[in-house]
Amino acid sequence: MANVPADLKYAKSHEWARVQGTEATVGITDHAQHELTDIVFVELPEVGKQVKAGETCAVVESVKTASDIYSPLSGQITAVNKAVVDNPGLVNTEAYSGGWFFKIKLSNPGESGNLLSPEQYLAQIGG
Amino acid sequence: MVSLRQKTRSLILIPTYFVLVLLLTGKPCFTGLAKDLKVKWMKRTPLYETHQKLGARLIEFGGWEMPVQYTSIVDEHLAVRKAAGLFDISHMGEIYVSGPAAEPFLNRTLTNDVSKLAPGQGQYTICCNEQGGVIDDLYAYRLGPTEYLLIVNASRIEDDAAWIEKQLKGFPQKSDVTFRNASDSTGAIAIQGPRVAEFIDACFPGSSSAGTSVFKASELKKNEFGQFRFQGRPVWVSRTGYTGEDGFEVVAPAEAITAVWNKVQATGEPHGLKPAGLGARDTLRTEVCYPLYGHELDAITTPIEAGLGFFVALDKGNFVGRTKLAAQKTEGVSKKLVAFRMTDKSAPPRPHYPIWSSGDQAARIGEVVSGTQSPSLGIGIGLGYVPAALAKAQTVLDVEIRGKRAPAVIVPKPIYRKAG
Repeated sequence: MANVPADLKYAKSHEWARVQGTEATVGITDHAQHELTDIVFVELPEVGKQVKAGETCAVVESVKTASDIYSPLSGQITAVNKAVVDNPGLVNTEAYSGGWFFKIKLSNPGESGNLLSPEQYLAQIGG
Repeated sequence: MVSLRQKTRSLILIPTYFVLVLLLTGKPCFTGLAKDLKVKWMKRTPLYETHQKLGARLIEFGGWEMPVQYTSIVDEHLAVRKAAGLFDISHMGEIYVSGPAAEPFLNRTLTNDVSKLAPGQGQYTICCNEQGGVIDDLYAYRLGPTEYLLIVNASRIEDDAAWIEKQLKGFPQKSDVTFRNASDSTGAIAIQGPRVAEFIDACFPGSSSAGTSVFKASELKKNEFGQFRFQGRPVWVSRTGYTGEDGFEVVAPAEAITAVWNKVQATGEPHGLKPAGLGARDTLRTEVCYPLYGHELDAITTPIEAGLGFFVALDKGNFVGRTKLAAQKTEGVSKKLVAFRMTDKSAPPRPHYPIWSSGDQAARIGEVVSGTQSPSLGIGIGLGYVPAALAKAQTVLDVEIRGKRAPAVIVPKPIYRKAG
């Protein structure tokens, strides 16, 4: 049974966002890490970078593939998770907690309405 | 993350007519293909259902639907290095060449010297075109005084068979040589790892009945093989492999290979044996710098450029490609295959990534042909071609990864070596 926490919003491109007021934390879903398996490298954006919803801003690499990460929301990067740079395997083991990628100060908090609900994401991944 | 940019290995597209031939001939290992026409433009080995039952993730490789992994590439890779891994290699090709003139024919067609083989021995060898470029790299086994078995790459079976046929047509003693492409009726598995010798005899008990004479399979030395009986059928067991570990490869009739796999899996499991897919096969061979056709070797690259001069027997007499290879051995080559490792934490190097020289006059000097994150070493590693003058160990290079250059250093082969 797929792991799709109820308190998060989701992008079609398999990123999750934990929205708390005007801040959001972003990572990739359990489904995504399961598809990738063995994550060996994570490239995160610079703190301070402006990102737009739907734009690529990070890269995740497994043994066999390199995958773009798209920011689900627009705003400015306020923090990145050094732990996944040092230990990429965290993304596999703690996709929704220790394996987070970056935090954004949202420029348009209303955008989270465009993201998928847990039910909608679950339906998309066929769970 | 919608666009998974897959840096897959070289894929061969099957021409439509070839697929129609497959559907019409309906060979035993293609019954799945015949039943389900939806996506299936790929061939399947007899072990396809076994892979499905084991929950393997399947991908296309060289026209075949093969398991890339069962659990995780890293887990399977480490299982091979520490205990044992079981690979389906039934997609590879088996070509028999026999007759009173088989030896001179093979010596004319392949670079290594088959006259050095006693029955029961095999050798790594290369098949070159007239320009010294590689048609395939393969193993040649001497089954008997006038009988040989060639094990060739899955993606090259048709090209190899066509080439051998062409060479035979022009061979003066052609009536004394027969060749038979038995790939479709033959299966094979590889059992690789330091613990395989513990259980191989239980899988294939008793003395060998042909090939190298041994009381037990585990007595076979590297590159030796024997014939053993498995459920009443003869199978070939050789002490060879593609991982840098001790291990064996088993060749059996297609209809017996599933039973062979099941026996090996059950017998090996208590010793740590795990099924392993093509993903681990690639990371294992890259760590020990074994070439893969389409990467280190192709029609416009010679074995000398690839560092395989040891397997080119210039002194045995004339053979296809000899002129160019002899010239390269004397005069040197312009490009050379090197092994490298990344020196800082970076994204893994991958095939086709540009290689740059380092320093003030940095220039693009070559390309990565194989690359990965090494599961054993925890760092990016790879193989690539650079100008011969720069192909020395300890030379610093840069690998361009997504537009940024990351530092690497040339290292001697193999990149991974067992301690002690």
